[in-house]
Amino acid sequence: MKSLEELKAIRERMQNKVILREGSAEKRIVVGMATCGIAAGARPVLNTFVEEIANRGLTGKVEVGQTGCIGMCRYEPIVEVFEGDKRVTYIFVDPAKAKEIVEKHIVGGQPIVEYTIGAAEK
Amino acid sequence: MKELSLNILDIAQNSIHAEATLVEILLDETEESLKLSIIDDGRGMSEEFLQRVTDPFSTTRTTRKVGMGLPLLKLAAEQTGGYMEITSKERALWPDDHGTCVTAFFYKNHLDFTPLGDVISTVVSLVQGSPDVDFRFVHELPDRTVELDTRELREVLGDDIPLSSPEILVWIRSSLIEQYGEGE
Repeated sequence: MKSLEELKAIRERMQNKVILREGSAEKRIVVGMATCGIAAGARPVLNTFVEEIANRGLTGKVEVGQTGCIGMCRYEPIVEVFEGDKRVTYIFVDPAKAKEIVEKHIVGGQPIVEYTIGAAEK
Repeated sequence: MKELSLNILDIAQNSIHAEATLVEILLDETEESLKLSIIDDGRGMSEEFLQRVTDPFSTTRTTRKVGMGLPLLKLAAEQTGGYMEITSKERALWPDDHGTCVTAFFYKNHLDFTPLGDVISTVVSLVQGSPDVDFRFVHELPDRTVELDTRELREVLGDDIPLSSPEILVWIRSSLIEQYGEGE
């Protein structure tokens, strides 16, 4: 097993930081991970969000979560971005779109309208 | 599903949904076969539900009345000449020893065998989504064993560092990559 010593070092580094508890983030990204989402490619999308948020040092500010089926399986992988009481629903997300969502919406503050469910249903 | 590891991710979600505190994912692989067991200590199923659980029209989900997880795994196993079986002990009847065990057996050399795929991402995704649940992953290969037990991680990390922290997820991924790489 990869050394537990390394894990101890991580613990020491992290104990110096204040760990933000769930619910304290400014933005929340939720990926649909039921059978429908997984079959449509949600796993690499989830992992892309996790990596992008970590690499950009946004841990604590942005939370990445998982949810079950929200009843729109034909649009999976579905990703919802919550900010306060606002919600943006992205559909047919793939890892490339996930990176773009982080860059433009999460960091830049501008939702990508063409990837949203609203654009598809027009 | 394109990879068996996606079926594993899907079925393990059932365990989490059933309030499991420990989910074990065991893979026993030889040159010819692959045996998958997913064992949890969740609330279990009644005899009656167990009878109809591989019917797509049985589901615990509330958004609709169709569940495809177990039927898809059963199909993936049977199309290689293998099988899937489920045993379960309901919490109401077995308060101290309840849970569900799903076993699937695959013949790897069959044309319709679905490759295991990226099982590391499956483990990482499970820990990310349910940092308070413990996972024990053991993959027995002909020449080595790959293993991860989140209870050991928790012992080192204590209670105040969530397993879903990016640093920990990175550690888990690289630990598994390292173990799979050994002996090659």
